[in-house]
Amino acid sequence: MLQSPLREHSRVLGLGAYRPDVIVTNDDVCQWIESSDEWIRQRTGIVTRHRAKADVSVVDMAEGAAREALQQAGIEGSQLGAVIVSTVTHPYATPSAATALADRLGATPAPAFDISAACAGYCYGIAQGDALVRAGSADYVLVVGAEKLSDFIDNTERSMSFLLGDGAGAVVIGPSDIPGISPSVWGSDGSKWDVIGMTHSMLEVRDLSLAAESVGSLTSAAKDREDDNAKLWPTLRQDGPSVFRWAVWEMAKTAKRALEAAGVQPEDLAAFVPHQANMRIIDEMVKQLKLPENVAVARDIADAGNTSAASVPLAMHRLLQENPQLSGGLALQIGFGAGLVFGAQVIVLP
Amino acid sequence: MASNEEILAGLAEIVNEETGLAPEAVELDKSFTDDLDIDSISMMTIVVNAEEKFGVRIPDEEVKNLKTVGDAVDYIAKAQA
Repeated sequence: MLQSPLREHSRVLGLGAYRPDVIVTNDDVCQWIESSDEWIRQRTGIVTRHRAKADVSVVDMAEGAAREALQQAGIEGSQLGAVIVSTVTHPYATPSAATALADRLGATPAPAFDISAACAGYCYGIAQGDALVRAGSADYVLVVGAEKLSDFIDNTERSMSFLLGDGAGAVVIGPSDIPGISPSVWGSDGSKWDVIGMTHSMLEVRDLSLAAESVGSLTSAAKDREDDNAKLWPTLRQDGPSVFRWAVWEMAKTAKRALEAAGVQPEDLAAFVPHQANMRIIDEMVKQLKLPENVAVARDIADAGNTSAASVPLAMHRLLQENPQLSGGLALQIGFGAGLVFGAQVIVLP
Repeated sequence: MASNEEILAGLAEIVNEETGLAPEAVELDKSFTDDLDIDSISMMTIVVNAEEKFGVRIPDEEVKNLKTVGDAVDYIAKAQA
């Protein structure tokens, strides 16, 4: 019996982004919740978020980002040995977004699958892409974070919806002569399963819609269930303060462990690219990590909002567009979110 | 183990660092939200810094019971005992 020959190193060869073109301002948000532009900026750092039109899907956005990443990597879709899409907003439990994307890119019959790791999904994908390339299972792996969160929000709720945007970011991982992706520090904590997530499951959607059909209206069906606020469509919610505490203090420890695993000191970094959840989380993490001032910190959240799995590659893309001299430098990236899940690596910037 | 006065002074220092409020404004009967205008996110930063300073553990579910500065001082004093 044979096993794949191992490769020593892998790295990110190309990066791409897709930003949908509907811009939602804080003033727009204030039509739905009682707030103000100033309050939202102060508390979250968000000025606008990009959202996709009804006819733009998760796969469409993933394709836009993937084509740019392939071009930068200098490879064709047919050379991909695997396609991984991280998303929690592809609206089909099956089939996956990844198979449709692979086919559009000319990658068929490459293995293709989605992963559900919310805001850590991109870093989870990097862990898998790196492992597949180094294990000799694939020459090139496409990793995409793509989200259309606007399909799963309730504009009138205050815990989360106003933070969220849509978009996609993609990278191609391939063989390298030098170390390009550090060991992944990744994990989960299911004891905090309920601090971020959907209001209810698809089974409840089924039961509530059946009940509404038989009693004539959703309102009466909700009343029968003693739930005055029942809404048919599940949307995202979070316990903000608990998430904030975990995101800053636990994730700062995770980020430090990633630096240790990489054998890298904070002063060796060119950039820090954390998940874009809230500017206050980013600021507090920078403080906890004691990053020197010359480390560029990605703050894409101001324009893009929180785009879950897409946020790290989108933020990295902007950072490199605005600071092309960072290319080739080391970036610490970290994703964290619903599950709870987390993942972090140091990578060589493409 | 710190006295209640010492806990109050330490807490006032932490609140000052997070919000810029004068330490003498941090009095036992003041409500964190209504009087000191501290939001839930800043409150978490204050709680984590207080845990570190006083060597106690304040779980997430306890934080919402800490309505006034006095509540926090009492909780920390008990947790230290």
